[in-house]
Amino acid sequence: MIIILIIDVSETFLYHKIYDNDSHFEEKELQRAVYSMILQKRKPDNTTSATLEDDNDGSEKIRSRPIFASVILIGGLALLVISFGISISLGAADIDFRTVWSGIFQYDETLTTHQIIYELRLPRTLAAALVGASLAVSGAIMQGITRNPLASPSIMGISAGSAFMIAIALAFLPGTSYLGLMGMSFLGAGIAAAIVFGIGAFSKGGLTPVKLALAGTAVGAFLSSISSAIAIHYNVAQDMSFWYAGGVAGTQWISVQLMIPVAFISISLAMVLSRSITVLSLGDDVAKGLGQKTVLVKILGTLVVLLLTGAAVSVAGTIGFIGLVIPHITRFLVGMDYRWIIPCSAILGALLLVFADVGARMINAPYETPVGAITALIGVPFFLYLARNEGRGL
Amino acid sequence: MQAYKKTFLAIAVLLIMILITFFVSLNLGMIAIAPLDVVRTLLGFGTERDELVLFDFRLPRMVIALLIGAGLAVSGAILQGVSQNGLADPGILGINAGAGLAVVLFIYFYQGSAANLGIDSIFLMPFAALLGGMAAAFMIYTIAWKKGVTPIRLILVGIGVNAAFGAALIIIQLKMDPQDFMQATIWLSGSIWGTNWKFVTAVLPWILFLVPFAIYKARYLNILNLGDNIATGLGAAVEKERRLLLVLSVALAGSCVAVGGGIAFLGLVAPHLARRIVGPKHQIMLPTAAIMGALLLLIADTIGRNFLAPSEIPVGIVVSAIGAPYFIYLLMKTN
Repeated sequence: MIIILIIDVSETFLYHKIYDNDSHFEEKELQRAVYSMILQKRKPDNTTSATLEDDNDGSEKIRSRPIFASVILIGGLALLVISFGISISLGAADIDFRTVWSGIFQYDETLTTHQIIYELRLPRTLAAALVGASLAVSGAIMQGITRNPLASPSIMGISAGSAFMIAIALAFLPGTSYLGLMGMSFLGAGIAAAIVFGIGAFSKGGLTPVKLALAGTAVGAFLSSISSAIAIHYNVAQDMSFWYAGGVAGTQWISVQLMIPVAFISISLAMVLSRSITVLSLGDDVAKGLGQKTVLVKILGTLVVLLLTGAAVSVAGTIGFIGLVIPHITRFLVGMDYRWIIPCSAILGALLLVFADVGARMINAPYETPVGAITALIGVPFFLYLARNEGRGL
Repeated sequence: MQAYKKTFLAIAVLLIMILITFFVSLNLGMIAIAPLDVVRTLLGFGTERDELVLFDFRLPRMVIALLIGAGLAVSGAILQGVSQNGLADPGILGINAGAGLAVVLFIYFYQGSAANLGIDSIFLMPFAALLGGMAAAFMIYTIAWKKGVTPIRLILVGIGVNAAFGAALIIIQLKMDPQDFMQATIWLSGSIWGTNWKFVTAVLPWILFLVPFAIYKARYLNILNLGDNIATGLGAAVEKERRLLLVLSVALAGSCVAVGGGIAFLGLVAPHLARRIVGPKHQIMLPTAAIMGALLLLIADTIGRNFLAPSEIPVGIVVSAIGAPYFIYLLMKTN
């Protein structure tokens, strides 16, 4: 709330600044565009609701599309409910939709199918949705506050960091509770993020997209090599492989129960921050010009990212590319306003992972295919597309 | 003259270090053998147990470590020269992953248990890896091509292709039976454990032929470094030489991956250290890098075998644990 207040005050300030001062034409144009975007609904003046479209490549569409976004939110939610039905009904034992319905709403513990639904399918599906939403939102925030299109949990080695701390917990702290493992996972995510950001801070020329990708790859390789060594020596390789491959098979209710409040609180916090992230995504200078406390926004944003990624990895291991791909697609669909991007990313991320998880069950039935491999196969072509457009998108 | 003296000295020191490491590594292991016994055994007067341990277990894997280390280092040096990017490495660029995928596919379709592959398949594996590496390199090059190839695009595309191959590998691995799966996992993380003389004979000809050939071609790397225009002006067939050098690099990486699995960062670190010691002239730098790579991999293997004994850490993991921080250091220094 404080942050919103700060922006509101600064908006008034900027309003006067823009209209009192005719010099610094370019700066004024830019600020006006920012301003119009923030106040799009409140401003009747046509000149200020102009969009800042980069005609050279058209990739920076500042205009937000609230109607489109609402359609995604409502339609996406409906589709999510349907995908839940599909995910619960398909699998080693096929269950028809009527039984799915009665299994959820008229649970009868004497029926085997109801037990399958309640003990296996339902927590698994919920976990997939929560993890997908968390990873997507976390990627969206990272890309917003770093202005780096490659920023995402898996590229930055954050998932590897989580897995690393889980390896340590499994090897040295046997009998760690589930809550403890989740805490370790957060800690690992934090360590990896700190290392990558540290590399950026101490390297010449800052953290360009390519450097970020390379630093993330190297940090990921380093952390996972040490976790592998630990896993081999302390004979926890089998437990570890569960985290590495990435999957929501065998999720228990406790995971879901822990994940729901974490995801809810983090995504709410993300929504509170969303306006500030929109401003920040236009650059530090613009944000500072608008009087935003950029450091505070970045710290809070990073906190949200760590909470979301840590929770997601502790439940499902390393699932790559959702945090990279979904925010890009969402931005393409709904524009640059993070008040829409964050909820839409959550919905689309949840949808993608629920369907990817259904795919994981079906591709090589009755065996499970790691869902991380499926999301990678979906995500890589997109990553390559971004890489090819390096210099424009990047 | 002074420069040559320095180079000569550097190479001599590296060779002596290899000898020392070699000897130390022969002593260490699950069954420690006293230095005197090692000498005695090498001369043919040892006990049967010592002979078995040294000749059948330790020596082949150490020879393999030397060969693969040299091969990967030269491969990385060529890649860095051709792409004019100091951060290029066959592992990071996805060439290892391509070769690895081909080898795993080969094991999968060959249906033979990876533990006791017939002799013919061992000799076929470098070819499979070569094809896989070539396919990966071709793919990366084509996707990155857009009115020319910039090093940045090449690296980003390489990272992407690497991830795709990684995902495909997991899916294929899961279709294998448990024994092959375990073998493939260990092998993919870069292991020269369980090597025997057959593997040495499979990879030796490749290294013996390709490394000297690369050194012979090294002068073109110098010329290419001057930029395409000057290189053409000097009368070099730029595109042709570049392609040839790339093929050489991929062939070296492929044959090394076939035997040693995915060892990343070695192809990056060894040329850098070599360049630091003897300077950028490729005729000198390439052989130095080869020796450096051989030394590094031998050390890494010795560490992997003894550091967390009795468990063996695959050598690729040791190299990553040491190489990644150095890579990050280089990354922070470059603009």
